Amino acid sequence: MLTLQSYLSLAAIIFAIGIIGIVINRKNIIIVMMCTELLLISVNFNFIAFSYFNQDIAGQIFVFFILTVAAAEAAIGLAILVALYRNKKSIDVQELRTLRN
Amino acid sequence: MYTLGYQLVLKTLSIGLLVDNLTVSMMIVVNFVSLMVHIYTIGYMHKDPGYHRFFCYISLFTFAMLSLVMSNNFLQLFFGWEAVGVMSYLLIGFWYTKESAIKANFKAFIINRIGDMFLILGIALLFSIFGTLDYEYIFNNAESITSNTVVLSSSFEISSLTLACLLLFGGAMGKSAQMPLHVWLPDSMEGPTPISALIHAATMVTAGVFMLARMSPLFELSTSALSFVLIIGSITAISTGLLGLVQYDIKRVIAYSTLSQLGYMVVAAGVSAYSASLFHLMTHAFFKALLFLAAGSVIVALHHEQDIRKMGGLRSKLPITYITSLIGSLALIGFPGFSGFFSKDALIEAVSHSSVYASDFAYYCVLIGVLITSLYTFRLFFLVFHGPLKDENINVKEPQLSILIPLILLAIPSMFIGWPTIGPLVFDDFFANSIIQPSSNDIFGYQFTDSYHFLTHSLSGPVVYIAIFGILVSYLLYVIKKDIPEKLSQTFNPFYKVLINKYYFDHLYENIFARLFNNLSNSLWNNGDIKIIDNFIVNGTAHRVGRFSSRVRELQSGYIYHYALMMVLGLALFLAWVVFKSLGLVI
Repeated sequence: MLTLQSYLSLAAIIFAIGIIGIVINRKNIIIVMMCTELLLISVNFNFIAFSYFNQDIAGQIFVFFILTVAAAEAAIGLAILVALYRNKKSIDVQELRTLRN
Repeated sequence: MYTLGYQLVLKTLSIGLLVDNLTVSMMIVVNFVSLMVHIYTIGYMHKDPGYHRFFCYISLFTFAMLSLVMSNNFLQLFFGWEAVGVMSYLLIGFWYTKESAIKANFKAFIINRIGDMFLILGIALLFSIFGTLDYEYIFNNAESITSNTVVLSSSFEISSLTLACLLLFGGAMGKSAQMPLHVWLPDSMEGPTPISALIHAATMVTAGVFMLARMSPLFELSTSALSFVLIIGSITAISTGLLGLVQYDIKRVIAYSTLSQLGYMVVAAGVSAYSASLFHLMTHAFFKALLFLAAGSVIVALHHEQDIRKMGGLRSKLPITYITSLIGSLALIGFPGFSGFFSKDALIEAVSHSSVYASDFAYYCVLIGVLITSLYTFRLFFLVFHGPLKDENINVKEPQLSILIPLILLAIPSMFIGWPTIGPLVFDDFFANSIIQPSSNDIFGYQFTDSYHFLTHSLSGPVVYIAIFGILVSYLLYVIKKDIPEKLSQTFNPFYKVLINKYYFDHLYENIFARLFNNLSNSLWNNGDIKIIDNFIVNGTAHRVGRFSSRVRELQSGYIYHYALMMVLGLALFLAWVVFKSLGLVI
C-alpha cells in the first residue's frame, strides 16, 4: 500500500534533483529550464498526494493552474532563449554573466 | 569725554574719545606731519600708477593714528594700534611687484605681531584684574593692586602690576622698534619715502612712546618695569646709532637714526621724564620728517638713486634741499638753539639726575649716543652735499614746488619750536591732567626760568660740545681726509663686520627662530595635515570604503547558478529558523 510518505519522498527527491540540476549545471541554459519544470512537477506531486489523501478536490484543480502557468513560462522562456541566442550566439551559462560585479 | 557703553556678560565694554593735553599734542604732530606728507606726495608720487591708492592708504593711516591717540580705553587703543600696523604693512609693500618690498612688509608684519601679542596679553591681564578696559578706572585704582601678584610657577611669582607693565612695554617694543624687535624698521625703507617720513619716523613708531606716557600711572608704580624700559631704551639708543655709521643707503641711515632717537625717548620714559620724552617725540617728528622728505627730494632729483656713494657735491644743485637738510641735521644732533637741542638736552638732564636702577649706564649710553648721532648725521650730510660733484649729476635740478614747500614748512618748527614750548611742555604742568610724573624739580634737578637761561645752563654741560666735536670729526673724515674711514674699517675689521651685519640679528632670527618655526610648521603640515587628516581621515575613509566594497563586489559573480544557490540556502536558513522557532529552540 502506498502511503502519503512515499509520495512526499518522491516529490522531495524530484525537487532536490531540480535544485542540484540548476546549481551544478555549468553548460546549457536549456537544462536550467528543464530543472525549473522538475521543481514545478515536484510541487504538483505534493498537491495531488495531499488532495487524494485528504479527499479535497481543490488541490487537483490547483495543479491544472500550475501546469498552465508552467506551459506559458516554458514558452516565454524558450522565446527569450531564442532571442538570447540571436544576440550572443551562445546559450552557455558560463558566458552569460553581464550582471557580474 | 563722550562715552557710549553697553553690558557684555557681566563686564562693561565702552567706546569713547579722550581728548586731553597729551592727546592734543599728539594730534598736532600727527595732523601737521600728515598734511605735509600729503602735499609732498602730490609731487613725489605723481607719475606712479598707484597714486590714488597711496592717498587712500595715508588718509586711512591718519585716521587710525588719530583713533589710537584719542582712545579712552585699551580696546580702542588696540584697534588703532593694529590699524596703523596694517597700514604700515600695506605701505611698505606699496610697490608690491618688488620682491624686497614684499619681504620687508612681511618681516614688519610678523615682528609687530610678536609685540602685539605681548600688548594683548598685558591688556588681558589688566582686564582680568579690573574687569574693565577704561583708562580712567584702571589708572585711578592702580594703586590698590600694588600688592597683587601673579604666580608664574610654584617658586616664582611676580607683582601683577610689574607684569602688566612689562607686557605693555613688549607691545611698545614691537611698534617703536626697540632693541631685539628693531629689525623691521630699517627694512621698512623699501616703501615710498613719504611714508618713511610719516609712519616710520614721525608718527606710528612713536606710538609706543605715546603709550608709555599714557600708561604713566601704571609704570610709576613699578620701578622694576621702569628699569627694564630704561635698559632697553639705552641699548637701542647706542647700538642702532652705530649701525647708521656703516650704511650707504640714504634712507637706511636716517632709519637707524630714527631707531636711536626712539631709544632716547624710551630712556626718558624709563627715568619717569615722560614730558621730556613727549617733547623729544614732537621735535623729532618735525626734524626727522624733514630729513626724510629732504632725502626724498634728493632721491627724486637723482631719479630714484639711493646710494650715497653716487652722490656728493649736490649743495650747489639743490640749494633749498641743502639748507633744509642742514637745519634738520643740526636739530637732530642737538645744536644749540635748534628744537632737537632743547628736547635732547632736557632728556639727558633727566637721565643724569635720575636715581633709577641702571640710570648711570643709561647716562653714558645717551652721551656716547650724542657723539654717534652727530657722526652719522654729518657723515650723511657731507657725503651727499659736499665733496666733488659726480659727472652724472651735472644736470640735476630742484624738484617741483609741492616737494619743496613741505620741506620749508617743516624746517620752521625744526628750528624754532623748542623756544616757546620747552617751558610749558617739559617743566610746567601742561601734561598734568594726563601724565603722572614726579615734579620737574625731582626729575631734572633744575629750576626752569626761561628758554634762554636753559640754553646757557646747557652750555655748561658736556652734551653740546660732544655734538660739535662729532661734526668736526665727521668733517675731517668725510671731507678732508676721505681715505681714513676706509683704513679704519680695515683696522677694526671684526668690529666693522659686526656692524655691517647689523649685530647678526637677522642671521639669528632667520637661522634660529624662522628655521625652527619653519621646521615645526612643516612637520605639522606633513605629519598632521597631510598624513593624519588628509591621508588617514579624509582619503583614508574613502579608500577603506572602496576596498571593502570591491571585496563585497566579488560576491556578485554573474553566474545564475550562484544566485540560485544563494536563494536556496537563504530559503533553507529561513525555513530552519521558522521550524526551530516553532519548536522554541531559538528566539
